[in-house]
Amino acid sequence: MSSLAFRSLTVRYGKRTAVTEFSDVVTPGEWLCLIGPNGAGKSSILRAAAGLVAHAGDVEVDGAPLAIRSARRRAELVAYVPQSPELPADMTGTEYVLLGRTPYIAYFGVESEHDRAMVANVLDRLDLAGLGDRYLGTMSGGERQRLVIARALAQEAPIMLLDEPTSALDIGHQQQALELVDRLRHEHGLTVVSAMHDLTLAGLYADRLSLLHHGHVVSTGTAAHVLRAETLSEFYGVNVLVHHEDDGTVVVVPKRSVV
Amino acid sequence: MTDRHVQRAVRGSSALWFTVATLLLLGALALGVMIGPAGNWGTASWNIIWHVRMPRVVLAGVVGAMLSVAGASYQGVFRNPLVDPYLLGVAAGAGLGATIVFAIGRSSTTGWWIDPLPLAAFVGGSLAVLVTYLVGASFGAGRSGVTLVLAGVAVTSLATAIQAFVLQRNNDVIREVYGWILGRLTVASWGDVRLVLPYVVVSTVVLLAHRRHLDVLRVGDDEAAALGTQVRRVRLVVVVAATLGTAAVVSVSGLIGFVGIVVPHVVRLVAGASYRRVLPLSLLLGATFLILVDIPGRVLQDPAETPIGVVTAFFGAPFFILLLRTRRAPS
Repeated sequence: MSSLAFRSLTVRYGKRTAVTEFSDVVTPGEWLCLIGPNGAGKSSILRAAAGLVAHAGDVEVDGAPLAIRSARRRAELVAYVPQSPELPADMTGTEYVLLGRTPYIAYFGVESEHDRAMVANVLDRLDLAGLGDRYLGTMSGGERQRLVIARALAQEAPIMLLDEPTSALDIGHQQQALELVDRLRHEHGLTVVSAMHDLTLAGLYADRLSLLHHGHVVSTGTAAHVLRAETLSEFYGVNVLVHHEDDGTVVVVPKRSVV
Repeated sequence: MTDRHVQRAVRGSSALWFTVATLLLLGALALGVMIGPAGNWGTASWNIIWHVRMPRVVLAGVVGAMLSVAGASYQGVFRNPLVDPYLLGVAAGAGLGATIVFAIGRSSTTGWWIDPLPLAAFVGGSLAVLVTYLVGASFGAGRSGVTLVLAGVAVTSLATAIQAFVLQRNNDVIREVYGWILGRLTVASWGDVRLVLPYVVVSTVVLLAHRRHLDVLRVGDDEAAALGTQVRRVRLVVVVAATLGTAAVVSVSGLIGFVGIVVPHVVRLVAGASYRRVLPLSLLLGATFLILVDIPGRVLQDPAETPIGVVTAFFGAPFFILLLRTRRAPS
């Protein structure tokens, strides 16, 4: 298990600052969910941690900055699932999940027997063995999303970054995908950082929420602490009803304005 | 069985495809050597076969293989199936180099100890891509290949404009330049083969060694980078290797179009899109294709020659359309 620390992370695109001095420590095995309106800086934080955007400040895994690592070593520590992954229609499920083994293959090398066995095992455990020989273009959205998670798992990185993992899925597949991440997190001791729009689902699965607004953290803590009607109204500009279930679940329901 | 299973069954094992492709290439080699205006196998003299047909067939194979592998590699690093090996200006640069030599006058260079035509074409093609890379890199600090492609468009236009200007001032060589641009294997000798083979071998080995990287790049620059691939370095190495090989073959064969786009596509349609198959199979089938289409070029208008660039498109285009109709890629 590994911890992930952000130390005054700042991301700029030209003159626009997307993230300002973001600091947080995600403890080993914890699931942190970044929430906030569009453009709040959620994706930029994840992309910085994956090494895809230039940034100031440090991202540390177990106390050592990722910036000093080679691209391959970084990929062994951090797996990244983008908001809309590129899924070549004419690639098979097995070929796709095998890409997760890239950091472990020498420059001129090819996948070893171990890599292939490992991928077959991942597909088996995720009940995806039937997708191995199929082309991505023939799969449903739910099947593809599970394959994307399988690829991240094949990467064997202790930290998983998920950018909007459920945005393209129906409610059933949203639950299925998040259940899968949750199960894997407990089985493998993964540390998870995700960005999500659905506040109820975010509160349901994450240990901790961080609400971002214009690149600043405005509230962080448990779902009950962060998801308050007045907070959401201030930063999302919405009118919502926040309902607390007996089991601790926080439900956020939009309210229709009275005409 | 569902459609999908049929597809898997047809696409079959790699070993099968390589066997088929190798047999096709051997068949094309045999045909190419046997058929010609001087009579077929048995009637033609050994001298004609060894000194005229063999080098021509081998050169056609080398050129076709190189253009196809380079095309597939370019398509891989730019993630664009419509790209050909001339994308970054190698053809326009080579054309300009050749035009300048023609304008100076072929007769005045006959005494030179080295033929300046292939040299000028090679240097022109390589220089054009170098300029494209320098310009593209100075604007696009990001990982995207788009700025590079745009720079290639600009350099191509510039080189073509200069070429047109030179031609305007030297009307008398237009026919020669036009003939060169359409591509020709007419004057092929063992010397031409020796000239290009080292470049082609090095280029092909480097490109084949990157076939796994090209598969990783299929998921896009960002995801490939997040998987630990150094995208810009891979792209640079592949482009340099593909360009040197292309510039070398173009310098002796002229600008043979179509091969670099069509052959990799045919391979994808029949054998799947993984670059581990596309690159080596393009090598074998590209050689086969150019050897075969060179045969009608030699005998159709005997004793005149039909330029090979014309024949490749004339036979290749309908075949490609037919293939697209019958075998649609899964979508």
